[in-house]
Amino acid sequence: MKLKMLIWVLAILGLLISACTTSPGTSPTSPFFTSSQTGNIVVKGSDTMVNLASAWAEAYQLTHPGVKVSVSGGGSGFGITALIDGTTDICNNSRPWKPEEIERAKNEKGFEPVQTIVALDGVTVVVNPQNPVNDLTIDQLAAIYTGKITNWREVGGLDAPIVVLSRDSNSGTHVFFKEHVLQAKDKNAEYGSDVQFLPTSQSIHDEVARNPNAIGYFGLGYLSANVKALGIKKDASSVAVKPSLESIKDGSYPIARPLFVTTRGQPEGIIKEYIGWILGPEGQRIVSELDFVPIS
Amino acid sequence: MSQNWISSPFHKKMGTVPIFRKMLWERIVEALIRFSGWITLIILGLITVMLFREGLPIFSYTDPLSFIFGTTWLPVSSPPQFGILPFIVGSLVVTFVALLIAIPLGVGAAAFLSEIASSGLREFLKPIIEILAGIPSIVLGFIGFILLAPVVQSIFHLSTGLNGLTAGIMLSLICLPTIISISEDAISAVPKEYKEASYALGATKWQTIRKVILPASSHGIVASIMLGIGRAIGETMTVLMVSGGRLSIPTNITDPMSVLTARIAIEINNASFRGLQFQALFSMGIVLFLITLVVNIISDLVLEKQKRRLGQL
Repeated sequence: MKLKMLIWVLAILGLLISACTTSPGTSPTSPFFTSSQTGNIVVKGSDTMVNLASAWAEAYQLTHPGVKVSVSGGGSGFGITALIDGTTDICNNSRPWKPEEIERAKNEKGFEPVQTIVALDGVTVVVNPQNPVNDLTIDQLAAIYTGKITNWREVGGLDAPIVVLSRDSNSGTHVFFKEHVLQAKDKNAEYGSDVQFLPTSQSIHDEVARNPNAIGYFGLGYLSANVKALGIKKDASSVAVKPSLESIKDGSYPIARPLFVTTRGQPEGIIKEYIGWILGPEGQRIVSELDFVPIS
Repeated sequence: MSQNWISSPFHKKMGTVPIFRKMLWERIVEALIRFSGWITLIILGLITVMLFREGLPIFSYTDPLSFIFGTTWLPVSSPPQFGILPFIVGSLVVTFVALLIAIPLGVGAAAFLSEIASSGLREFLKPIIEILAGIPSIVLGFIGFILLAPVVQSIFHLSTGLNGLTAGIMLSLICLPTIISISEDAISAVPKEYKEASYALGATKWQTIRKVILPASSHGIVASIMLGIGRAIGETMTVLMVSGGRLSIPTNITDPMSVLTARIAIEINNASFRGLQFQALFSMGIVLFLITLVVNIISDLVLEKQKRRLGQL
């Protein structure tokens, strides 16, 4: 008797659970749902954007109780792979798609990835607050990260070895930094063999905060009082610019970049409404609250 | 009083059980047991097949020698380069450091627990060691990152505390419980007569432990060390957090380094399904699998030799 009851309860629970979890990529796009604002949206990708995306999701769910948005990080490369493989609805990427990734989406899965710029960010280069160095040129940064400069003395600091920290290759910031700093002059430059790859932006922040010889980089959103942001000079003769909302917006900060959300084809239904909301005043207010730069 | 050999309710109701029913029941149970024995083998076989099927295609891009002995790992550059020697060396160095600490500590603790400690103390310590085994590896990684790394950095005057030594020390904590509990079992299993004979000859406690108990239980101790090695080589999260993530071959245990497991964990999410990077990561899995296999074979050979020697006594 009791066993039968238990089986019934389990069966009903099972039905409820399977009703609640829509598999990603199958969000309702039928005419029924286009404007009724219910359904699930799965968002994966950039670690730089994961706090921003979570803040958007929380705020959106408050005003749109029928919509569930679940956000996870893992890096831009992870998000792009997930979007191609159909395990997410929206991919956050802090670097544009590479041509071969777009090809793969088109040829293998038959969709065109549509990238929408949702915010701007400055890649922030940080050192320990005890470090006397205040600014570096792009060339110096490239030399440090490719291993040509290994002592702080060579860039006007103390006589100490440079501990070079980078994000790992799953990070869009890793790729952006490589393409726009390391390869600014030499298109074949790669990260040097002494560079330490740490798994998250937070671990780079923590190591720079306690290691006086370390240098690292991450999105502006991770900047805190425990680390010092360096001013960046385009070349030896230009003025050093620190990353800030203003310098990124007016384009004077040399290593600023757009942040994207990408969908499978033109967004439709609740996903379209969600991205519209992100681009609207509410979404963009959250962008500036989290120390990124709004696009409007 | 008649003894009912099967106490299941059906049989009680039926009274005497016809012989063919007994046989049928026996057959079913036997088949089930046989199946549960085979299933491990089947699962292992499927895992091996999958590992090789997903990993081997990389060798049409890089030949096996330059894959294993290559020193440059650039998985997302164009053209990509896949050389995993730095990670093999990293895994071996970190495991070596961990064993250097864990073997003396572990075997010493095991000898202490079974030969010296009072039974009250033993009953108190054993659960504590089991708790150590239960600490999630991410927690150990966190402790290593926050507490141990700065200490290692300042003691050895290094430029960074995230390196192979820190990783090895944290790893030793992970293989300690395995080594202690299995060695302890082996030491307790030494026949009492051996000890009594040793004491009767006038040996001290230390002499007895060193000359009689440890040699007599050495097969179990070797097995515990091998399991410890397996645990250390396979550990991912702790090493990922504290080993420093440098991609070149370490020349010193205090260099930052990467290990096979951590590389796989970091990159598999971002590798496109069945792309080159994906295949290279699966091939790293094959290398890990082969290392573990070799460790197991060596431990089997040692055990076999030891058994033969003991048999001759």
